[in-house]
Amino acid sequence: MTDVHEAIALVHREEWARVVATLARRFRDLDIAEEMAAEAFAIAVERWPVDGVPPNPGAWLTTTGHRKAIDRVRREAKRKEKYKEALILFDTTEPLGVIDDDRLRLVFTCCHPSLAVEARVALTLRMVGGLTVREIAAAFLVQETAMGRRITRAKGKIDAAKIPYRVPSREDLPARVTGVLAVLYLIFNEGYLASDPEKDSVRSDLTVEAIRLTRLVRDLMPADGEVAGLLALMLLTEARRFARVSASGELVAMDEQDRGDWDDELISEGHALVRARLASGEAPGRYQILAAINAVHTDARGTDWSQVIALYDQLVHLGPSPIVRLNRAIALAELDGPEVALAEVDGLPLQGYHAFHATRADLLRRLGRSEESLVAYDRAIALAGNTAEIAYLRRRRAEVAGRAPHLPFPASVQDPSGRRR
Amino acid sequence: MAHYLISVLDDTTNSGTGDEMAAINAFNDDLRSDGHWVFAGGLASPSTATVVDARGGEAVFTDGPYLESKEYVGGFWIIEAPDLDVALRLAALGSRSCNRRVEVRPFLGE
Repeated sequence: MTDVHEAIALVHREEWARVVATLARRFRDLDIAEEMAAEAFAIAVERWPVDGVPPNPGAWLTTTGHRKAIDRVRREAKRKEKYKEALILFDTTEPLGVIDDDRLRLVFTCCHPSLAVEARVALTLRMVGGLTVREIAAAFLVQETAMGRRITRAKGKIDAAKIPYRVPSREDLPARVTGVLAVLYLIFNEGYLASDPEKDSVRSDLTVEAIRLTRLVRDLMPADGEVAGLLALMLLTEARRFARVSASGELVAMDEQDRGDWDDELISEGHALVRARLASGEAPGRYQILAAINAVHTDARGTDWSQVIALYDQLVHLGPSPIVRLNRAIALAELDGPEVALAEVDGLPLQGYHAFHATRADLLRRLGRSEESLVAYDRAIALAGNTAEIAYLRRRRAEVAGRAPHLPFPASVQDPSGRRR
Repeated sequence: MAHYLISVLDDTTNSGTGDEMAAINAFNDDLRSDGHWVFAGGLASPSTATVVDARGGEAVFTDGPYLESKEYVGGFWIIEAPDLDVALRLAALGSRSCNRRVEVRPFLGE
């Protein structure tokens, strides 16, 4: 029994997107595709323990979902002209081959720019990832009914506005791939640094799912450098997950992390991806550069800060966002000292961003300017949302407060680092 | 084929410059030759509108728009397109030609 259930769970992970995608192409309706895929899996849960797991589970599920969908279309054809057409088309049974393009179409449809960002995230997790509405609602701390409505509304818009179910045309493709990657990165980041103080600091369900989805997109678009870059970035970040939060639930700065807790397998896979991108000779995009920065951080010989700065310079060249400049300044502190870095940081228009104040607090602490450091810590704590990060900032603040106001300043010897994730 | 309404959002009316009108005309010609054209037009100011309510049998006429807002629909295109991606691409060309923001909204299907 348990073997069968394990088999079903495995097939669900591997085949869900393919079953939904095939049904969506055939019936041009995400609602039908999703519900009939779910029904096919429900039937499998009933039947496979009795009948055994079929030799080709994916094809079995697609066929079962297809039959169920035809039943439903027959019932609804009386009301909807569209379904009548679908019935004519799909009663002539075409061979049940699984075409990978279907899944790619599904990804692009779920990440369509005319949908609200939250809807894209939810739809991608549901339709491509196969997470239940309840799981998605729990991951984003939203009521299940509200999440259900969000997904239903998005599917309604896809249907009513005729958001096409296909891979975008060549001229639209680069922007649309960027949009897909943004959704995947958003899912990962929400898992990696949950922004809600009510939630766990790291939501591995979301990081693991984001990596799985990015692997899928990479299988579908193996030639795209940014897809590889995003996957490498996620792997190199995920590799440090266990070292990043202490047993007491506090964020651990990278230089204080136990490298023995890093996941070597993920790191070597990430490094291999970064090396392959470097070898391609193509100009790297944002994700590839971020992955390269993380590759330098996870180098067994320790971080080469001049390389990190050179990579940040490339990022600034691609788009000089103040957040990129902030991160560059943090690296600069390691190379040229906190005073140079602070001069860079102070001019940035990031007053509402907790990491800006946390960085200033740390640089001021290293410069022995404790009073100003405490003020900056207070601002950072007030703005931060992540529980582990707040705990980290509180401890650092307490350390500075313990020294303040007039103690001599030994900290640069104890901790020569910036606050990095 | 689906139909889409592309509304032009503006806070004045009849404000297109000569260059904008020329660009709009060129865009309209492209819509016609590519088979997307259904209808298009510019609208007079909302202050010229009259609200009519004949639900009770007798028609009641009221001056002004039913909704006062800073921005309103200053003009529109109705286009025919196979799907939203095509409609969005055309709307982008329309926005560029009239130099205004536009909103794309599908007509109800069957």
